[in-house]
Amino acid sequence: MMQLEGAPSAKAAIVRRLAPSHAAVGRFGLILVMALMMAILTILQPAYFLTRENLTNIARQISSNAILALGEFAVIVTAGIDLSVGSVMGLSMIVLALAVHAEWAAGLAALAALLAGLGVGLINGLALTRLHLPHPFIATLATLNIARGATYLLSGGVPISGLPRAVRLWGAEDITLFGGTSFPIDFPISFLIVIALYLAVWVFLTKTRTGRHVYAIGGSPKAAQYAGINIPRNLTLVYALSGGLAGVAGVLLAGRVNSGYPTAGTGAELDAIAAVIIGGASFFGGRGTAGGVFIGAVIMGLLRNGLNLMNVSVFWQQVLLGFIILLAVYLDVLRRRAMRLEG
Amino acid sequence: MPALVEMRQIAKTFGPVVALNGVDFTVHSDEVVGLVGDNGAGKSTLMKILTGVHQPDAGEVWLAGTRVRFHSPLESRRNGIEMVYQDLGLAENLNAIANIFLGREVTHRTGGLRLLSEGEMERQGRGHLNGLQISLPSVFLPVERLSGGQRQSVAIARATAFRAQLVIMDEPAASLAVTEATKVLALIKRLREQGVSVVLISHRLQDVFDVSDRIVVLNRGSKVGDLRRQDTTMEDVVGLIVGKSA
Ligand SMILES: Nc1ncnc2c1ncn2[C@@H]1O[C@H](COP(=O)(O)OP(=O)(O)O)[C@@H](O)[C@H]1O
Ligand SMILES: [Mg+2]
Repeated sequence: MMQLEGAPSAKAAIVRRLAPSHAAVGRFGLILVMALMMAILTILQPAYFLTRENLTNIARQISSNAILALGEFAVIVTAGIDLSVGSVMGLSMIVLALAVHAEWAAGLAALAALLAGLGVGLINGLALTRLHLPHPFIATLATLNIARGATYLLSGGVPISGLPRAVRLWGAEDITLFGGTSFPIDFPISFLIVIALYLAVWVFLTKTRTGRHVYAIGGSPKAAQYAGINIPRNLTLVYALSGGLAGVAGVLLAGRVNSGYPTAGTGAELDAIAAVIIGGASFFGGRGTAGGVFIGAVIMGLLRNGLNLMNVSVFWQQVLLGFIILLAVYLDVLRRRAMRLEG
Repeated sequence: MPALVEMRQIAKTFGPVVALNGVDFTVHSDEVVGLVGDNGAGKSTLMKILTGVHQPDAGEVWLAGTRVRFHSPLESRRNGIEMVYQDLGLAENLNAIANIFLGREVTHRTGGLRLLSEGEMERQGRGHLNGLQISLPSVFLPVERLSGGQRQSVAIARATAFRAQLVIMDEPAASLAVTEATKVLALIKRLREQGVSVVLISHRLQDVFDVSDRIVVLNRGSKVGDLRRQDTTMEDVVGLIVGKSA
């Protein structure tokens, strides 16, 4: 080590260019898997898979899982877990439906749904950092039950159907992009929101101080503490973000299915976690990218769509999803091992 | 002139363990103090109280004549006290530059957002690494992919990057080969020439005698020796460390 580093050598320049390669290789592998799935589905369903109708359908279907996964990802970067996101999404849907049925303006109702999510997320964060519960598993397992119970109580256990168009359009309608040009595209509004949120969280996690601190906390809580990073504040923020995003996911899902129903989002936290893991984030924290998680969510959506098109039963779909999770994480293990040998 | 750092009657227990039992500890300006003692004597704990990682159960910390209470390392760092922790305290998933600037990132405003100034941090960080004659395969590798010596030098670079008045090094050479350890000692001497005080915790008495102006010995949470280097011998210090009367 400590030799004088002269002018940056050619070798150093090469190393520098190759430095982020293992992350890039991981992402490239994911993109490859995604492209492969699309190719296979195109071959198996040439008449249908690549139609605009099917693609926008997939985009709409994966929207809520993609947003839940995004919040879950931020939490997993801190080496935490948020089990409550599925229940929070259900709560958000019921709050939205009740609010519009109480004649609230659509925007206000959506805001209430979002705040409900944010509120539960905040409770998760405070329970973890102020009550010093031993692991986020505990706090979010508690709010999983509390939010679901509240959802049943508020709805009386029955679906609340019929939402005004101003609410539905977020989850169900398309917007025409490039309308003035010769290539107008009808794009699902919900998927546009997904993209915007992914971009925002990506900027937050990689371009801001707080994002850098979130990664540091996940990578080494001790190093974060020594650096004077306010760990409780950052953790609370991340859990609130996860809850808030689950609130958004609820608004989109309610719009898509035109109702709030009390069982909505049951088990959705596991799909969100699956997308995060397939997307290359580590359960030990400090690793992963928003882009990877996005692809993880798309891969899950393609899998569901493809298997549905081929009339594979949902039971088999679940078995397959399990294998995909195993495969994705095992590939990551192999990649890490190769990296260590080379490094 | 008041001492740079004066710790008075510091006491600290962890549950049933008495880590420190009324310790006085002083560092003057331009001084290198060797802090020695057996494993578990309380060296790391004493220094973590100084940096605000731990709060003392009793006792006072004075900095240049002012009573201070550091509730977090951020506060001690703002007051010019830096520490290279025994476990290095690096975020393994972040690269060398990110680690050097962790908690003190340089930012700028773009369109209403406060964003990290990666280019500026890289420029300053490289300059600082060069100044310390530290070379790394790449400043963009996560530090978990660096060798023990390289990680050690990143930790040292991090502690010296912000004009510290006092740099505390907790076993900085423990994981290093002899040539690398020699370079750490040369660095300590260079810091002192630049007017930075250093506390060196080390098991290698040779090293401690090589660079220290004064040597403080802890034994099971109590200070048992505070000696100017020229007034003592290695045998004396060993005797104090193992607990025989010197
Ligand atoms: N965070 C902690 N929690 C509990 N006990 C601790 C902690 N830190 C240190 N100790 C105990 O305090 C005593 C002094 O430890 P330490 O300051 O690390 O000694 P040294 O650095 O001199 O080897 C030891 O008995 C150690 O086990
Ligand atoms: Mg120690």
